[in-house]
Amino acid sequence: MQRRVIFNNKLLPYLLLAPQLAVTIVFFFWPAVQAILQSLLRQDPFGLRTEFIWFDNYTTILSDPLYLNSVKTTFIFAFSVTAIAMMSALLLAFLADKHIRGAGAYKTMLIWPYAVAPAVAAVLWLFIFHPNIGYFGRAMRELGISWDYKLNGNQALLLVILVASWKQVSYNFLFFLAALQSIPKSVLEAASIDGASSTRKFWTVIFPLISPTSFFLLMVNMVYSFFDTFGVIHALTGGGPGKATETLIYKVYSDGVLFLDLGGSSAQSVILMIIVIGLTAIQFRYIERKVHY
Amino acid sequence: MVKRFRGFVFVVVALFLALQATPALAQRTEVQFWHGLAQPLGGILEKIVADFNASQNKYQVNPTFKGSYPDTMVAAIAAFRAGNAPHIVQMFEVGTATMMAAREAIKPVHELMRETGVPFDPKIYVPAIKGYYSLLDGRMMSMPFNSSTAVMFYNKDAFKKAGLDPEKPPRTWGELRAAAQKIRAANAANVGFTCAWPTWTQFEQFSAIHDVPLASKANGMEGMDAVLTINSPLHVRHVQTLIDMQKEGSFKYAGRDSAGDALFPSGEAAIIHASSGLRARILKEAKFSWGVTMLPYYEDAKGAPKNSIIGGASFWAMTAPKRTAEEYRAAAEFFKYISKPEVVAKWHMDTGFLPVTFGGFEYTQAQGYYQKNPGADIPHRQMTRTEPTVNSRGLRLGSMPEIRVVIQEELEKALQGTQTAKQAMDNAVDRGNVILRNFEKTNR
Repeated sequence: MQRRVIFNNKLLPYLLLAPQLAVTIVFFFWPAVQAILQSLLRQDPFGLRTEFIWFDNYTTILSDPLYLNSVKTTFIFAFSVTAIAMMSALLLAFLADKHIRGAGAYKTMLIWPYAVAPAVAAVLWLFIFHPNIGYFGRAMRELGISWDYKLNGNQALLLVILVASWKQVSYNFLFFLAALQSIPKSVLEAASIDGASSTRKFWTVIFPLISPTSFFLLMVNMVYSFFDTFGVIHALTGGGPGKATETLIYKVYSDGVLFLDLGGSSAQSVILMIIVIGLTAIQFRYIERKVHY
Repeated sequence: MVKRFRGFVFVVVALFLALQATPALAQRTEVQFWHGLAQPLGGILEKIVADFNASQNKYQVNPTFKGSYPDTMVAAIAAFRAGNAPHIVQMFEVGTATMMAAREAIKPVHELMRETGVPFDPKIYVPAIKGYYSLLDGRMMSMPFNSSTAVMFYNKDAFKKAGLDPEKPPRTWGELRAAAQKIRAANAANVGFTCAWPTWTQFEQFSAIHDVPLASKANGMEGMDAVLTINSPLHVRHVQTLIDMQKEGSFKYAGRDSAGDALFPSGEAAIIHASSGLRARILKEAKFSWGVTMLPYYEDAKGAPKNSIIGGASFWAMTAPKRTAEEYRAAAEFFKYISKPEVVAKWHMDTGFLPVTFGGFEYTQAQGYYQKNPGADIPHRQMTRTEPTVNSRGLRLGSMPEIRVVIQEELEKALQGTQTAKQAMDNAVDRGNVILRNFEKTNR
């Protein structure tokens, strides 16, 4: 059964769409076009001297080993964050879905981290992992492990991955929990009657049924780790040590805002836009096929 | 990216509205002044502005806090592009080359003073401060205000515990290293020696004090085609010293920018190279007796020690379409006001920044401030101990904020042990030169 609303007035639908369209144009299309234009220019920050240089900014960036390194870092970062955040959220949701005492309290507490601002989250973790003032950092050093994320690139990357994942677990948890709760009890009971073990039940019944949610979360998490993790990195490592935690979005910021290279920074953001469009397209094209709605 | 642009558009719109909404006070010429000092410094600065406004009835300066120095710079640039630049903006010292290159956007101080007829003598300024903000022929481009320099703070209690004389702080790098080793051996502190602002204290100040160039062309003052020279034997030797000290446990790298600051007041580190401005925080937080002294040098380095150079910020007058002569006059009068000895001295005493004029120093001295606060005059004495040479006059390198990060990154990799001291400095030079050439191309 399908219900259709018929508009007699041809103008009304456009009028109703106008506010959303205006927002999209002003805050999305216009800046995007500006970024594309700027990426073809060499310009001083004040806009006093402008030179049209075609794709020089792009060739400079793409031939820069530091940029390619940042691409690598970003992918390691994004895949790790997505994997950790989704798997731990699924596990937690699975456990919280069971009938246990105080389930409500657990659920509430698991949702809390989502309400913490990225910079604040970073500072909280700093108090744990800082080599000199953090509890964990000090304990590690007393155990003889040379924990120092300010100098060790791998440790720094591990730390930002952990913090960024932790921030996102709550969000994933909420969606997974809702998905798990929407699975009809009758299906699960039928599986139990058939004698399926809980592992088997999970993989053959639950997992396929929550796959639309998983797919949605996969996309959201990828986009999150590409774009929304700026605050965490900024507050924890500032992209360092060396360039160990400099992701693409962080590089756009430092090159554009700190170093005032508007052309190069714009070119990077255009590339970033293409990467995300590509990722989303791939996901819809190949992964969505396997999703059961 | 989209978010960033959204923010940018929002700022521009907000600025526009803010400028429209400014209430017009009767007769007074109003000028906008943007600064990048958070509390408590921002409040002390705004008090000075309020005092200026109260001291006469023709001009009104409206101060606005715009976030950190880089934020303030970006805001001023965005405003300029929109045709609404503030009349006066505070800019950190490493933004100097960028501002100077933007000839049409700025009103150099010497020009501002001449055109408005406000009497002004640049000779009252400490040479190492004036030089940083002047053209080679001495014409002053921006107005020095909050200048700091790097000094060495040390924990006297830790010195005593390690059997060192707390009244004889190390003067040379050899003595510093020996002291840090003793402190660690006696476990008088967890960290022997550390530093804040690694590029600034270990390379920029280091080069000035040892009279070696950081970059060719008089550190960039003689032209935009300068190249970095921090892979000189002395620089490499210094990085090697830091690596060796780290290996033996007497030095600890505490992170970029101001991250190292926290280690000293907490008692974690016994010796630190930091901004003279750290003094206020140490006074407030340190629960031990401490001293302050000049930065060390290598004894066998020829010509060392020379004067140190500055950090901090200065005030720039900016241009905009339809800016009136009266508005420029207001900016000039404000500049004149903040160069008065009593204003300079008050700022110095309230904040720990340097007295930027000799008059300010003498005024402070006359008040007996240095007797009551031993060591508070060390930064000034270190800045003025010699006449600035071509290497200790200051820096004028384009995109200096970026170069600072590059040097920090390469130093970090050397301290991680993934490259040698020489490789680190060669890489820093190569990468820094690419940045310098880009700046040159952009500002041709």
